[in-house]
Amino acid sequence: MAAHGTAERQGMTNSMLGFILFLASEVMFFGGLFAAYFIARADAPAWPPPLTPEQIAEGVHLELEVLLPAISTGILVVSSITMQYAVWQIQKGNQGGMLWGLFISLALGIVFLAAQLYDYTQLHFRADDTIYGTTFYTLTGFHGAHVAGGALFIAVVTVRALGGQFTAENHEAVEASSMYWHFVDVVWIALFTVLYIIK
Amino acid sequence: MATVAVPQLSGYHRPAVLDWIMTVDHKRLGILYLYFTLFFFAVGGILALLVRTQLAVADNSFVGNDAYNQIFTMHASAMLFLFIIPVWAGFGNYLVPLQIGAADMAFPRINALSFWMLPPAGILMFAGFIVDGGAADGGWTAYSPLAQQTGVGMDMWIIAVIVLGMSSTIGAANFLVTMFRMRAPGMTMFRMPIFCWTMLVTALLQLLATPVLAAALVMLFIDRNYGGQFFDPNGGGNVVLWQNVFWFYSHPAVYIMILPGMGIVSEILPVFSRKPLFGYKAFVFATIGIGGLGFSVWAHHMFTTGSVLLPFFGFMTFMIGVPTGVKIFNWLGTLWGGSISFPTPMLFAIGFVSMFLIGGINGTYSAAVPVDFALHDTYFVVAHIHYVLFGGSVFAVFGGLYYWFPKIWGRQLNERLGKLHFVLMFVGFNVAFFPMHMLGLDGMPRRIAVYADSAGWEALNMLSTGGAFLIAVSMIPFLIAVVMAFMRPKDQPDDPWEANTLEWATTSPPPDYNFDSLPPVRSERPLFDARHSGEEQGH
Repeated sequence: MAAHGTAERQGMTNSMLGFILFLASEVMFFGGLFAAYFIARADAPAWPPPLTPEQIAEGVHLELEVLLPAISTGILVVSSITMQYAVWQIQKGNQGGMLWGLFISLALGIVFLAAQLYDYTQLHFRADDTIYGTTFYTLTGFHGAHVAGGALFIAVVTVRALGGQFTAENHEAVEASSMYWHFVDVVWIALFTVLYIIK
Repeated sequence: MATVAVPQLSGYHRPAVLDWIMTVDHKRLGILYLYFTLFFFAVGGILALLVRTQLAVADNSFVGNDAYNQIFTMHASAMLFLFIIPVWAGFGNYLVPLQIGAADMAFPRINALSFWMLPPAGILMFAGFIVDGGAADGGWTAYSPLAQQTGVGMDMWIIAVIVLGMSSTIGAANFLVTMFRMRAPGMTMFRMPIFCWTMLVTALLQLLATPVLAAALVMLFIDRNYGGQFFDPNGGGNVVLWQNVFWFYSHPAVYIMILPGMGIVSEILPVFSRKPLFGYKAFVFATIGIGGLGFSVWAHHMFTTGSVLLPFFGFMTFMIGVPTGVKIFNWLGTLWGGSISFPTPMLFAIGFVSMFLIGGINGTYSAAVPVDFALHDTYFVVAHIHYVLFGGSVFAVFGGLYYWFPKIWGRQLNERLGKLHFVLMFVGFNVAFFPMHMLGLDGMPRRIAVYADSAGWEALNMLSTGGAFLIAVSMIPFLIAVVMAFMRPKDQPDDPWEANTLEWATTSPPPDYNFDSLPPVRSERPLFDARHSGEEQGH
């Protein structure tokens, strides 16, 4: 009997390829949001856009503090490194090293989310205060949701790792969660750059 | 070839209904997709008849303005999001694994998830009719600020379309991995059946464009519900932003809706011309070309906004006519000198080529910027989209149904009823939509519920309405043929058409695991090779 199409092929597994394609669609989703931001910003007479007298009377002002988000950026970058460390360790078959990497990445991810929520409480504008507020909360909000999703992903992988499910040969979920984590990291770096740095 | 008899296990048997609900088999999911989408084809068709009834005579008060807006919006939404886009996923699900000689899709459970996202979305979208303010009524394009001014039905529409988009995005990843990694030995990329190639490019477009629509819909939802300012100039937003992001998805979506139809026609024409497809590789590259160029023409929907680069988008729109023209040439070259027969699938395929050609030409027409300025938002555009989506896609859907019915259900649809169906539909289609060209040139705007008697549009509108009802009548012989077929036993051989591709190398319908054995794959026509090389199939 001739072999069916499930024959072993070289290279990455089907699940990994599927995951990369899924990430490509995520890139396009954020691409759409970023495009909206760039168009709005290119159209604006000034950035941040001018406020109405009522908004000023309410105490709205469109300013962003850079310090806390800069620290958050550092935290997320470090967590990306620790996540990659987890992958490298399990590639060598070191389950203990992988667990440390996963724990630290998960903890840093939660710290990042907490810092972002705290940062939200410190701002003097809302989502309905001009296109500036709308784009800011939409972009950072969707990114935050993705960080939360990524943290959940890492948490699931950590539980599975505690159960000893991963070996040097079989650790796709670890690699996939790490790729996802790098993805949210890169999106954040882009967000941080355009929202906070490029004035 | 015979299927191996599998010994029956005694004991518990799931009820058949649960078998269908819990299935992860690509063939059963494909059939579910087909049932679901054909149901919404009927729903969308009934809405179309309401539209045409309202427009049949001048100063008509059959339905009010508000109801009319909901009806034409939901007609388009049902036809595009609940019929044409998922119907290709239905054909693709059933056929792609069979055509590449695989046992199933790469991710069967994700495949089931893709399908089961559709019914809740369809229900949510149509539940708009029972909420306060009615269903979505901003047109399927949901332009701002119109889409900001309507009731909660619009929010339900937004959520439904996001869910449908997720379904097609993960479905696309599934198709891509299946075709990249699950092909049978010998089935190189350039031996894949053309239908698979068109599904591959469609999947790429879905994967990369649909998330952008999700982003646009999310922005619209935020604007409507959380005071967002994306599309509100008062807060620094921009109404044209919606059009840019929306069409960045929705123009590639036009190719998502037509490419698999081209694939189906390219399967049917060679079989009934008894020739290989003329210019297989040219066809593949033309498909890829359409997919690539598809991302660079979105702003031709926005010429009259005054905020797009007219020469660029006009030029690119002419350019995308080139690979499409290549395909017309492929099809004509396939027919040329062939020994042609005209069973029902072939009639629908030829109907597709001729009607899609008209749709292509009147589309290219409007790519010229000055012409577009005159024709924008008139019935000419309505004529164009129906010539490509009905004259194109719907003819391909029925061609595909008649062609693969013996494979999927093991029975043949009655030829005479099929021919009657084709003739009625072909005539009805042209009577319904050709007059719209004239109405558009005469200045009749789209999306109006009432026109004055003095406009002089009544005769052509009445004609068009008559055509629409003739299309509805054409479904009667089709339904009778289906009922008659299901009353007969499954008697179809493996390969009733003497076809070329691997799905015909197994029983009709195929067993759960698809193939007992595969013929060797040494070209894009493995079954032709097997018939004519003297080799026996299946060892």
